[in-house]
Parts: sequence; C-alpha cells; structure tokens
Amino acid sequence: MSKLNSTGQQTADAPTPEDAFHEAAALEGKGGNGGPVLSADGTPLKRSLNRALRMQKMRALMLIAPLLIFVLVTFIAPIADMLFRSVENQIVGTTLPRTVESVSDWDAEAEEAPGEAVFEQLYYDMFLAAEAKEHTKLGTRLNYEQTGIASLFRSSGRDMDDLGEDYIDALEDLDEAWEDEAFWYALMTGGEDAAGNTDLLNTQRKRLSNLTSDNFKGDIGFVPGAEISQLLPNTARAYTVFALFTVIADEDVVSEEEPWEAVKIALVQDLKAGADVAAYEGPGAAELRAARDMLSDMPEIAFKPAFLEIDEDWGANETWRAIKIFSPPFTSGYFLNAVDMAKTLDGVEARPENQQIYIMLFKRTLFMSLVITGSCILLGYPVAWILSNLPMRTANLLMILVLLPFWTSLLVRTSAWKVMLQSQGVINDVMVWLGLVGDGDRLVMINNQFGTIVAMTHILLPFMILPMYSVMQTIPPSYLRAAKSLGATNWTAFWRVYFPQSVPGIGAGSILVFILSIGYYITPEIVGGTTGTFISNRIAYHISSSLNWGLAAALGSILLAVVLILYWAYDKIVGIDNVKLG
Amino acid sequence: MSAITLEHVEKKPLSFALPVVGAAGGFAGLFVGTAQGSGILGVAAGAGIIALMGFLCLGILGKEMERVARWGIVVLMAVAGFLLGALPGLVVGALFGWFFGWFIYWIGEGRYRAKLVPYLTPGQVLWHFTFRVICGMIFFFLITPIVVVMPLSFNAENFFTFTPEMLRFDPEGYSLKHYRDFFTNADWQQALWNSVSIAPVATLLSVSFGTLAAIGLSSEHVPFRRAIMAILISPMIVPLIISAAGMYFFYSRLGLQGTYWGVVLAHAALGIPFVIITVTATLVGFDRSLTRAAANMGANPVTTFFRVQMPLILPGVISGGLFAFITSFDEVVVVLFVGSAGQKTLPWQMFTGLREQISPTILAVATILVAISICLLTTVELLRRRSERLRGMSPG
Repeated sequence: MSKLNSTGQQTADAPTPEDAFHEAAALEGKGGNGGPVLSADGTPLKRSLNRALRMQKMRALMLIAPLLIFVLVTFIAPIADMLFRSVENQIVGTTLPRTVESVSDWDAEAEEAPGEAVFEQLYYDMFLAAEAKEHTKLGTRLNYEQTGIASLFRSSGRDMDDLGEDYIDALEDLDEAWEDEAFWYALMTGGEDAAGNTDLLNTQRKRLSNLTSDNFKGDIGFVPGAEISQLLPNTARAYTVFALFTVIADEDVVSEEEPWEAVKIALVQDLKAGADVAAYEGPGAAELRAARDMLSDMPEIAFKPAFLEIDEDWGANETWRAIKIFSPPFTSGYFLNAVDMAKTLDGVEARPENQQIYIMLFKRTLFMSLVITGSCILLGYPVAWILSNLPMRTANLLMILVLLPFWTSLLVRTSAWKVMLQSQGVINDVMVWLGLVGDGDRLVMINNQFGTIVAMTHILLPFMILPMYSVMQTIPPSYLRAAKSLGATNWTAFWRVYFPQSVPGIGAGSILVFILSIGYYITPEIVGGTTGTFISNRIAYHISSSLNWGLAAALGSILLAVVLILYWAYDKIVGIDNVKLG
Repeated sequence: MSAITLEHVEKKPLSFALPVVGAAGGFAGLFVGTAQGSGILGVAAGAGIIALMGFLCLGILGKEMERVARWGIVVLMAVAGFLLGALPGLVVGALFGWFFGWFIYWIGEGRYRAKLVPYLTPGQVLWHFTFRVICGMIFFFLITPIVVVMPLSFNAENFFTFTPEMLRFDPEGYSLKHYRDFFTNADWQQALWNSVSIAPVATLLSVSFGTLAAIGLSSEHVPFRRAIMAILISPMIVPLIISAAGMYFFYSRLGLQGTYWGVVLAHAALGIPFVIITVTATLVGFDRSLTRAAANMGANPVTTFFRVQMPLILPGVISGGLFAFITSFDEVVVVLFVGSAGQKTLPWQMFTGLREQISPTILAVATILVAISICLLTTVELLRRRSERLRGMSPG
C-alpha cells in the first residue's frame, strides 16, 4: 500500500477506492503540483474516486436489498403486527359505535346503568352485530375483562328479533304495506329520479366493513332518498345498512327482501320523535301518516326494560363500565392483564390473588432459565476445558459427542428424555434393578420442574460448550505453567490466571443459553407437566385454545423485550458478527 | 506436554494398592448388594473379593501372568453375574470383571502415572483422574439419551421401556415392526413427504438470498452494516414462540396461514441467519484481489461470481444450506401455528405423538433422524476441513 494513506481506514488485503480517495485528498491538501489531480478522462481524481466509492456502496446495498426486503416482510412485519395486536382494541368501537358514542356521557361512577337513550343505540348496534354474527366476538373480547359478558352477548343476540314485537305487529296490522318489500324499497329510495343521499350510503359502507372486516364496495342497486333520510334519519340509516348487508353479504336483491325488524323499530322511533310527515309528499306518504296517528296512541318503546328482561346483567353497571373503559381503539388492558393488573375506573389495580398467574409464570420462567444456564455452566466448563487441553486428535473425537446432540433433532432428544425419565422409564428401571428405590415408590422425574430442567440442560449444553471451547482454545497453556512455576498452587493458578481469561466464553455461552431457554416451548410442553411450564406455553395456549390473541401478543411483547435487551448485551459483549456455528 | 519423556511408572506397595482396589470393589459391591437386598453386606463382600483378587494378581501371580489373571477375573465375574442375574447379569459381570482386571494392574503397577508429569503430588494425580471421571460422566449425560432410544426402537411391544424379553436378549423381544409402521402408516408417510417437500424449498430460498446478501455485507463500504446485520440475524435470536405468534397473526391477515407457501416462507426466514453467519465467516478468508484479477482479465461480474468466487466459498454455502435445511426439517413451533393439518411435518407428527398417543414408532423415527444427523454432521465437518485447507489453514 501507498505511504500516503495514513488518513484513511486501513484495509487488510488490497487497495480500494477509499484508500485512493484519501490519498487524493491528502495530495490536494498539500497543494500538489498546482491544480487538482485529474484522472484519465479529465475529471478531477477526487470526484471520480468519490463516484467509484458510491458505486461500490450501491452495489453492496443492491446485493443485500432482496434479503432485507424478504426478512422485513416475512419476519419483521409479523413481529410488528404482534406488537400492534397487543394494544389494538378496535372491536368495541366497530361493533357498538353508536353505543360507545352515547355511553360517553354516562357517569361511570353512578350506581345506575345508563338510561334509555344508550339502550336504544345498543339495540341498533346489537341487532346489526347479531345479523353479521359479530356480537359473540365482542362478547368474548369483553369477557376477558368482566366474566359473564360472553354469555350475556350471546343470549342477547338471539333475542334481538323479538324486541318491540308489539309495535311491529301493530304496524303490520294497520297496513299490509309495511310487510311489502317493494313498498319499503320505494319509500326509502323516494321514488324514481329522487335525489340520493350517497353520503349516508358511504358512511354505512364504512361502518359495515369496519364491523365485518369484509369489503362492502360495489353497486347495491339502492341509494337512500335525500328527502326521506332527512325526514326519517334513523329509518333511512337502518334501511341502508340492511340494504348493504342484504346485497353484499347475503347476495340478495334489496327490493325483494323484507326489511329487518330493526328498520321497523327505527321507523316507530322516528315517527314517535315527531317526524314532520304532514309535509311529506313522496311515495308512501299516506301510510306514514296513518302509522303516525296509530302510534301516537301507543306508549314509547321501552328499550331498557326490554334488555333487562332478556338478561338482568344489562342493568349491572359493571357491564357498562367494561364497555366504557374498553371503548377506545387502543388499550393498555392486555399489557396490564399480562402483569396481573386490571384496568378500572380509578386507574390500574392488581388482580385478586387467586387470578394472579402471569407474574408467577414470568418469575418461574426466569428462575428456571437461570437454573438451566447455571447447570449448563457447571457441566459445560469442565468439558470445554478438557476439550481444549487434550491433544487435537482426542479432542476432535470427543467433540463428536458434543456435536451429535447438537445436530440431533430437538424432538428426538425430548422423546429420549421422556423415555429416560418417566416412571416406567430407563432411569427408574435401572434404579429399581439396583435396589436403590423400591418398585412401589419410583421417583417422579417427569411432568415437573426437574424434568424440564434436566431435559433442557441436556438440549442446551452444546450451545454453552461451543462458545466456551472457542474461547479456551485461544488461552495458551503456558500461562498456567508459568503461574505454577512462579509458585501458585493449582487453584490459584486456575482462579487468578486461567479463569479470568475464560470469562468471555462463559458470558457468551450464558447469554446464548439464557436467550434460548427463556423462550422454549416444545420441551416444557412435553416434559413439563403443569409445574414445569414456561410463559411460552401460556402464549401458545392463548393463541390456540383460549383465542385471547391480544393477551398472547402482550405476553409475547414482554418476552420479546427481555430477549432484545439480552441480545443487545450479547452484541456488546460478543458482537453479532462473532457468532460461530459448529 | 508430549515432549516430556520422564516416566514415573513403578510397582506400588500392596499396602497402597489393596485398599484402593478394595474401595473400588466396595463401591461396586454396594450396587450389587442393594440389588440383592443388603447394601452393607454387598460393600463388605465386594471390598473383600476385589482386595483378595488384587492380592492374588499383584502379590502372587505378578506381572508375568497378567493376561491369564485378567481373563480369569472376567470369567469368574461373568459366572457370578450369571448366577445372580441371568443373562443381563452375565454381561454386567463380564464388564465388571474386565474393568477390575484392568484396574488392579493399573493401580498396582503404577501405570496411572505413565502420561503425567513426574512432579505431580499424589493429591494432584487424584484430582487429575477425578476430573476425568467427572468429564466422562458429563459426556455420558450428553450421549446416553440419544443412544438409549436406538435399541428401544426395536422393541417388539408397544412400550416405551425395556421389556424383560429385551433384557434377556431374547430375539422374541425385538422386532422391526415400528419401522414397518413408519414406512406403511399413511400419517407418517404424509408427514415425511411434507417435511421433504418443505425443507428443500425453504433452504433454496434462504441460501440464494442469503449468499447474495452475505457477499454484499462482506464488502467494505456498507452503510448501516450493524443495523442490517441485526435485522438479518434476528430470526435466530427472537424466541420461536414469538416468531410463531407473530407469523400466525400476520400470515392469517395475508391469507398465507395454513398454506404450503406460508410455511416455506416462515422456514426460509428462520434459516437465513445460519446462511448469513456461515457464508460471511467463509468470506472473511476470501482474497478479494482474485475478483479484481478476474475483472482485469475481462470477466464480467456474473462470470467472476460463478467461476471464481463461488467455487471458493462453496463449502461455506453448502454448510450454511445444511444448517438452514436442518432448521426447517427440525422446526416444529412455527409450523404448528403457521401450518394446518395439510402441512403436518415429521417433527409435528412426533410432537402430537408424544403428547397424545405414545407409540414407539416415534423412537423408530428418532433413530432414523439420528442416522441422518450423523450423516449431516460428517458432511459439515468434511466441508469445514476442506474450506480451511483451501484457505491454507491447518484443519483442526
């Protein structure tokens, strides 16, 4: 290399554009022999080298880009999605939008459940949710916060059709037209050539696609009339939703289907609220006036008593508090849940003692991972020592005994431990044969913490031995002999000279083993029973059995945070680039 | 250490040798004794018998009759073992006999000093061998579980444990029926087929993307090198259960959950760190002036890559590929969530087998997998040596 490149970063093998670049810079700094140095094509050398450097950077990035995009899409995006799910809580807002809006005025401290107005909105929301079969999902979601809500929602969803039956019957007895699909269609469109209210249609499209996460796009052959939607706002809205759902979800024709009960109830409410039908001249004007006159003799629809009759839990303010607290689109509820806390009106509170399991599980996971890491150090250190101090040939042979378990399938090793540890297993059989334990009282070594610790120590031991070995190999044996010849005892020589040099190996191995063990799932699941399971088993349970994905995501995020901190520490101590395999 | 030629092998006095072998005999006798009912009696008898044998061998027969004496002990112990515990007893007895025959002469003739430096104190010698015994026990712990499943997979019964017939070495106790079950059962064959069709595609994806990126990463001027490296290595560091959960949520949004390609993409992502690590490690020793030389002689970048660079880094690429393959072939957590019944792989089938119906077919599969992993281990080791030879290092 040139003598001038002292300003640049030295590279090991050959000169690179960067070296030349620094050389050129140095030359220019000295003033050169008058004017900038030029390259062959006449551009200043500095600029041309700069361009070469940029080209090289671009080429490197182009080579990396496909993989980076691949990993970002297949791996990082899923992790981000999980983090998002751990705070996401849109289901309350999308399933009961009107209820959420009207319940915000309710004083949650009050003894009383909300009033009639909230229940009316609840009726419209619940009716639609029940038609779309989304109410049970919301029930399940709120059940995590307040037990009993799932069955409340399920049973109420069934009874929505019957609410306000008397009014619908009265309406239909008054005039057959209220049962006629074509009449309703004409009434709601406001007749041919009437001005349409596309805003209403679009807001309802959005509402439905939020609710069902399907796409409610496309022509449905219906636009609510502008005049009628001003006159009868509730009815127009209910009918629009009905029309959208009928065409897109059920794939029927609007004008051939009788509207839902909710539409008729909405009409009753609109007429009772004093809609000015006297001035209305559009289709169905006569029927509307007749209906208004008939309804003026009937009392108001009582939504709240009707709901209370379906299930008296609707009158309990705990139910309403749960709905109110968990109505925002994002919540810390899952995270609080994951650390045995609950969100209440007064802020955050600890859960009752008998419901606290996650802190205990996190503690157990950490404790068992520490025990596993500790036993790996204890067992791995002598092995790594002897491997690095034996002659190369013997060490290589013994290395096979370490590498074979490393390469063997995890399931094979786990099933081997099941074979070894179970009460009719190999270890118990041998001990009974030797008379160490009686046939009647065989040791319980599986489906508990002991089983998990033994099996996982075995499985993770190679991950401890390999980094330790690669560090110990670099410690010259002459150091120990020098220490001894200077008068150190065996122990002093080891403890003061050898051990400090092997600490990086212990650190690397420990962090690796700890990171791996903290997120283990398969082995604890098979040999752990109930007392030897980890937090990851709980995460899997919430994903596949209890379907509480938000909680699973929150638990996973906490675990991920712990691992990332350790990963960062590993990077500081060992460096990601120095990870070696085999 | 091997340069030291001083040896310190000399015959030890009987007053040292006899208590030592007696103690060892007593220790062995403890197990025989407890197996037969009385531990204390066993210790006394063991110590007495072995000490007596030691006296016979060392004091009377001497070094000249060593071969005869050792065979005599083997036969005697084998017969005693047979009387106490039938055929398994015979095997254990013969092994005990072989060990004690060797041990008596090893102690009595002072041969244990042969490979040690002569200035060690007796305490240091004792520690030296205790340490070796401890290491031996750890190696035993490492390898026993894997060895134990092999004979059990030939069990004639549907048990997970050694039957009395097996211990009597009765041919009736052994059979290949679990292997037959594996090769004929539709569930297992489907699982095998799924594993075989998922792993290579995932490996191909991670090797082709990974090698390109590793070459990019190993050039000198990569902006954000550390950040990129951290992202690419992260699938190895993030716990599998978290990756599985995230992929399950995200892939179900995309409609990939429960599909073949979903599993392949997930496995490819998991295999990438291994490819990156092994290939970048190989590229450290790659002489960059070779590519410049090729370019100088008129080769375009593609030709340079395939004719110059690729042959040299091929060992690293292949062993990275093997790591990626074994990761996918072995993986169970992610496929459990991302896959559906149609993508049931071999480890998944084993996992359900272990949780629900316990059948020794699992052990037959395990034995086959161990055989496969031995082959892979050998391949990787050979490749590593070849790569080091190519780079001019002495293979270690």
